[in-house]
Amino acid sequence: MKLTIERATLLKALAHVQSVVERRNTIPILANVLLDGQEGALTLTATDMDLAITETVPAEIGQAGATTAPAHTLYDIVRKLPDGAQVEIETDASAAQLLIRAGRSKFNLATLPVEDFPTMSGGDLPNTFSLEAEELRTLVDRTRFAVSTEETRYYLNGIYLHAAEDEGINMLRAVATDGHRLARVQLSMPSGGEGMPGVIVPRKAIGELRKLIDETTDPVEISMSDTRIRMTFDDAVLTSKLIDGTFPDYERVIPTGNDKVLSVDRGTFAQAVDRVSTISSEKSRAIKLAVGNGLLTLSATSAENGSATEELEVSFAHDLIEIGFNSRYLLDITAQIESDGAEFVFADASSPTIVRDGGDMSALYVLMPMRV
Amino acid sequence: MTTKAANTTENGLCRNCGADIPARARRCDSCSSPRTIFHPELRTLSIAHLDCDAFYASVEKRDDPSLRDKPVIVGGGRRGVVSAACYIARIKGVHSAMPMFKALKLCPDATVIRPDMDKYVRVGRQIRELMREVSPLVEPLSVDEAFLDLSGTERLHRASPAVALIRLTNRIEREIGVTASVGLSYNKFLAKLASDLDKPRGFAIIGEAEALEFLDSQPVSRIWGVGKALRRKLTSDGLHTIGQLRSVDEKRLITRYGSMGNRLARFSRGEDSRKVTPHSLPKNVSNETTFFEDIADPAELSRRLWPLCEKVSGRMKARDLSGRTVTLKLKTSKFQTLTRSQALPDPTQLAETLFRTAEVLVTRAIDGAPKGSAFRLIGVGLSNLSDGQEADPPDLADPDAAHRKRIEQVMDEVRGKLGSDAISKGRGLKPGTRNANS
Repeated sequence: MKLTIERATLLKALAHVQSVVERRNTIPILANVLLDGQEGALTLTATDMDLAITETVPAEIGQAGATTAPAHTLYDIVRKLPDGAQVEIETDASAAQLLIRAGRSKFNLATLPVEDFPTMSGGDLPNTFSLEAEELRTLVDRTRFAVSTEETRYYLNGIYLHAAEDEGINMLRAVATDGHRLARVQLSMPSGGEGMPGVIVPRKAIGELRKLIDETTDPVEISMSDTRIRMTFDDAVLTSKLIDGTFPDYERVIPTGNDKVLSVDRGTFAQAVDRVSTISSEKSRAIKLAVGNGLLTLSATSAENGSATEELEVSFAHDLIEIGFNSRYLLDITAQIESDGAEFVFADASSPTIVRDGGDMSALYVLMPMRV
Repeated sequence: MTTKAANTTENGLCRNCGADIPARARRCDSCSSPRTIFHPELRTLSIAHLDCDAFYASVEKRDDPSLRDKPVIVGGGRRGVVSAACYIARIKGVHSAMPMFKALKLCPDATVIRPDMDKYVRVGRQIRELMREVSPLVEPLSVDEAFLDLSGTERLHRASPAVALIRLTNRIEREIGVTASVGLSYNKFLAKLASDLDKPRGFAIIGEAEALEFLDSQPVSRIWGVGKALRRKLTSDGLHTIGQLRSVDEKRLITRYGSMGNRLARFSRGEDSRKVTPHSLPKNVSNETTFFEDIADPAELSRRLWPLCEKVSGRMKARDLSGRTVTLKLKTSKFQTLTRSQALPDPTQLAETLFRTAEVLVTRAIDGAPKGSAFRLIGVGLSNLSDGQEADPPDLADPDAAHRKRIEQVMDEVRGKLGSDAISKGRGLKPGTRNANS
């Protein structure tokens, strides 16, 4: 293999694939990136056996061929090369070494045989549909903050994508919960998605996916079976195993009887929460909301820090209610609310509260109160 | 010396309205109440012990006013002893921990009420909330008593600790409907002794000036940590009173009684440096059992695990605690100990949650033992403890959690009324054995 590629192009592609590679690897080949130069393009692939990203970028191919080299080292090298450099990459005769040249810098990296590199077979992915990049971004951003990191309930460690019916309309739904908060976002089911299985996309795949979304404006093609998902971008493909578990029957925890609506200006509310929570104890992050008589009083007290209060004018047509929340959860949710108004719908101080994005009914959040 | 009738040469306080009273006044100028207290150190002492009077019985009387003037005994149930007796029953000589039959012999017309722990814990929590409004330094000792440190709260209350405590007990009477007695002193040991001096509805003070004189005549068993065994040992050494204890050289006490000797010496001098700590929770609550014959079968181990989980859970509920870390312990027939732990997303006090978590750990522990091991002991515990109010919050990721919690609460209620064997879950039984027995 022998090729020449622009440093910036190579760096961007490596940045995507190298983050798939775990820092500590017990299997040496998994620390490597697969480099394959064919017909005017270099294809880079990295995998951790659960997740694989393949990216194809233009390159001037002198001699077609493939090899694998340590992903993080290669990335560090390319990152430190001067801007605008042309990078020459070639394997030696025995293919045991990878030679990298740029200007007057020269590097030799040990390689491992291409045959050892694990391929993540896509298998048969019977369900295919496509989403606008913006739609996919919305699904991911508005739910990923609620994804759990709790290892014992591994089935919560991802976003649950599934088909659902809302008032007779087929919807594509994304749901995530960690037990304390739940996010549910939906959009009309794209054609081809009707028969899709319910799948749980793991957190790591979500993180990598999110980076890829930022760099495209084209629709993303999504294919899946009940064990794998593949997302195809213009020049990158992400393939991931799905979490093998059953997502809880979340519909049953979404309250239906809440009737006390509090409307706040999202920005003002978020800033006030942020200010008052400065006082909240590091452990609980608790903040108290007292609503009544057109006034919302946010307050926090902590034995170590002192106390804080802030008042906001709000519309609320019910008896006084006092309810506590984890301030970080409030901020996570308000950060995802896109309209100017946020709506809290309470039942009482100890029951789950619904948070809505102004008039946008596609997103719904549920938040557990905490004792304050 | 210590109580309301004591030193009348100093300015005092009205225990009814908290107003200042000039020396030697018999009644309060503002509200004409005769409930007054005088003490030279009234305005400087800040460590208090607050103890509700005949708490369980008082709560029952509050909830059923027709019992107000009748003797009430709370007790019976599982062990058949008196949990609490109201002051009317106490006149007849009934006291807590007395066997029920004996109590009824002394006081045959008493109304006996089975304890409703849930209710007492609930009321106790309300009282604790009121205490916390007076000072953040509240150290609960049980449902109905706590130490309070009011140092530095004068500016917050614009009043001395004594006045703040008077207002607190009045508020407890008014809002909760039970009475409490307060002991005020300069450390925990003496505050606790003081709260007992003027019961019920009392307010007693032990100041630095008279502490030693007061202690001189007190029996050694008044010292925290002196139980039956140590008292016997002290008595046989000729030490009956705290005063006698003080006359013994500290070094001798330490040689004779070990680490306890140090405490005996210090307490006898009226010294106690223990701080009022709001969260003096135990480190863990656990239970274990050794089998008659070693067990290798995981299913049998699970069956043995369930009653332990119920015991631990029962203790957690009784002490109003919750725990976040479940630890399972197995000991092999060769005395090798294996432990496995698991953190929960939220603190629990439910036997069901404890069992579900611990059962998985049994498998993990067996995996860590040499192949074919049999086990002689199984144990389970909860650690990383916090307040019971934080236990088992609703879980958005577990729609059935609330239902399981409710089932357990109902079972606890049935057991509270009918005894611990009244209802149980099937998993504690060996297949086929129940029918054969009953």
